[in-house]
Amino acid sequence: MKTLIAFLLLMVPALFPALAAVPETFSDPALEARARNLQRQLRCLVCQGESVDDSRSPFANDVRSLVREQIAGGKSDEQIEDFLVARYGDFILMKPPLQSDTWLLWLAPFLVLGAGGAVAAAVIKKAASREG
Amino acid sequence: MIGELGQVSLCFALALSLVLAASGLMGAAAPAFVARRVATSSAMGLLVFVALAFGVLTYAFVTSDFSVRLVANNSHTLKPLVYKISGVWGNHEGSMLLWVLVLALYAAMVAGFKRGGERLTSAALGVQGLIAVAFLLFILFTSNPFLRLDPTPFEGAGLTPLLQDPGLAMHPPMLYVGYVGLSACFSYAAAALLVSEAAIANNWARSARPLILIAWIALTAGIALGSWWAYYELGWGGFWGWDPVENASLMPWLIATALLHSALATEKSGAFRTWSLLLAIAAFSMSLIGTLLVRSGLITSVHAFANDPTRGLYIMVLIFLAVGGALALFAWRAPTLKGSAAFAPVSRETTLLLNNVFLVAACACVFAGTLYPMVLDALGGSKITVGPPYYALTFAPIFLALMVLVPFGPRLTWKRGDLKAAWQTLYPALGLAAVAALVVLALVSPRGIAATCAFAVAGWLIGASLIDIRRRRGARASAFAAALAHAGLGITLMGVAGSTAWRSEALTVMAPGQTMTVGPYTLRFDGVTREKGPNYIADRGHFVIMDAGKPGATLLPEHRFFPAEGQDKNDTAIHTTGLRDLYLALGDDRDGGRFAVRAHVFPLAPLIWLGGLVMALGGILSLWGRLRAREPEAQPAAPAVAQAAE
Repeated sequence: MKTLIAFLLLMVPALFPALAAVPETFSDPALEARARNLQRQLRCLVCQGESVDDSRSPFANDVRSLVREQIAGGKSDEQIEDFLVARYGDFILMKPPLQSDTWLLWLAPFLVLGAGGAVAAAVIKKAASREG
Repeated sequence: MIGELGQVSLCFALALSLVLAASGLMGAAAPAFVARRVATSSAMGLLVFVALAFGVLTYAFVTSDFSVRLVANNSHTLKPLVYKISGVWGNHEGSMLLWVLVLALYAAMVAGFKRGGERLTSAALGVQGLIAVAFLLFILFTSNPFLRLDPTPFEGAGLTPLLQDPGLAMHPPMLYVGYVGLSACFSYAAAALLVSEAAIANNWARSARPLILIAWIALTAGIALGSWWAYYELGWGGFWGWDPVENASLMPWLIATALLHSALATEKSGAFRTWSLLLAIAAFSMSLIGTLLVRSGLITSVHAFANDPTRGLYIMVLIFLAVGGALALFAWRAPTLKGSAAFAPVSRETTLLLNNVFLVAACACVFAGTLYPMVLDALGGSKITVGPPYYALTFAPIFLALMVLVPFGPRLTWKRGDLKAAWQTLYPALGLAAVAALVVLALVSPRGIAATCAFAVAGWLIGASLIDIRRRRGARASAFAAALAHAGLGITLMGVAGSTAWRSEALTVMAPGQTMTVGPYTLRFDGVTREKGPNYIADRGHFVIMDAGKPGATLLPEHRFFPAEGQDKNDTAIHTTGLRDLYLALGDDRDGGRFAVRAHVFPLAPLIWLGGLVMALGGILSLWGRLRAREPEAQPAAPAVAQAAE
């Protein structure tokens, strides 16, 4: 709770002044959708857990302009993400990359599901044999 | 003087909790009836002294006694009374005291109702006493709320404006009733292991049932309340962000839900005896881990934790002792309790088992997503973010699969069920699911796979529940508990899917007289008035919804400034039709009377919390039925309808 409060404290002053900066929008709806989608995949590094799309912090404003500049410059989504990762690290990606130190994170839920399923199957088999 | 009274009360409470622990555990032995009496009275005494300490702290907050450091740091004379009171738990020390107060309440309840007989109760009280000792020591040595401040300041520092809100005044107590309720379930489970006689121990699931239900209802309501607060208070309509703080409350909920179902099987058919015990231990462990996450500073960063590790280390040791101790006890005693339940592969037992597999996997997903980045960072690995896309790819499919299976549970009987008959009653639900999916695909834009799946599953769940309710017309109220809770799940799913897939927003700077459009709405801005609240000054925006050129409903979002705290916050205005929210946040003054305005339309958003409410209501019905059935021994003979109810 305390941390939540702390981050809210940090965030609140940032929220309103930034409201004034109306983000430039693409007139092409396809480009706009791409920009919004990318913005949702990026984390605002100075907030806690908010995406660049949700946050009104100056940092998020900067990243939004960057994303839009690059889209306008004809870069692909992957190129833009790579550019941002090179600049800020994996931390900026809302979706953790699948690599040597994160495969366990991605697999853990399904390993538990598989193990649980196997145990459940064994339990059911045993209970059924008792039932006869 | 009054502060010292609180301090002394806490010391007495500590002494009594030691007595409670010792006498309760001794009372687990058959002949020790004196010890059992001592345990009962010390549980009552514990409640009295903790309540006294809590009352003293509340008094200090209400009277703005700034000689108490905690009050000076977290209160202000101009705050409205309700936020002076809620300020008691709006900080670390006070919230830990609230935690212990709830713990003592549960201990008194256990002592008062004596469910499961004298010996089981006594052992449960002993374990509850041990937990109380640990938390009172934690408060007295690391988080004392009664420390004095000299010289006494004239005015306090105030409370974060975001916490000065009715939703957040209620959210922590509600959540704690849930968290700490799981400690009582844990105590009963440990008691069952301590009392080695199988006849007594095997009754624990029935004895702890009301406690499991109370904890689950409170957790459900508490999480819904927190999510609602985040939605209207933070200004961009985020109702769930997979933030570690939110995850800390979701993990105990997932395990408590699994326990709720598994304990039912244990009670009704004797199946999963040891597994239910393990779940009760796991549920409280998740509460403790949640406490660790929220209270230790681990969330901000592992480095913040390293700077002041006292509290975090204490809780870690506590987790280690509680979980380690309980698991050791489990390993030692559980084999003697092993049941030999027999059931066919198609039976209600099987569906409850699958329910548990999916819920535990869902919890594993939240657990990994929350702790993996912290562990990786602590080990010197790369810094990663685990955000919503991770949960969309892991949690969502697991939970959706679970929801597809849900309607089968209440339709299969214990021991051996008839899958074909169950299927046949579900045809209308299947139809409703197909209609929901087709409507989304044909009529609603933008269409998407995720939204279509979500609505199909929601239609399936709600349809199945309606069939259930219809089938049971005329039965006792508690017979509708499961149907309601499962329908609530579907309602929440619709809200989440609808407000995520079809939201629209507009962000603009407006002068009075101008209009803006967002989604289907046109809004006219009529200017801003200056309002004075009890402890804030507000700019109140006046907006009118224009309906075909004619003015309709008025929205009054505010931008409030709190001079005492030197902070501002927005008070959003939400116009709801019940099925769609128009959400408006007012920014601050731009050049010459122009104001920044943020507007959203969230279709179906109210269903998110309505679903939570319906789920909690299902729990309340079940609890109601439980408390009315006074004779626990009469349960196994209950008619089939009553059994199917839960």
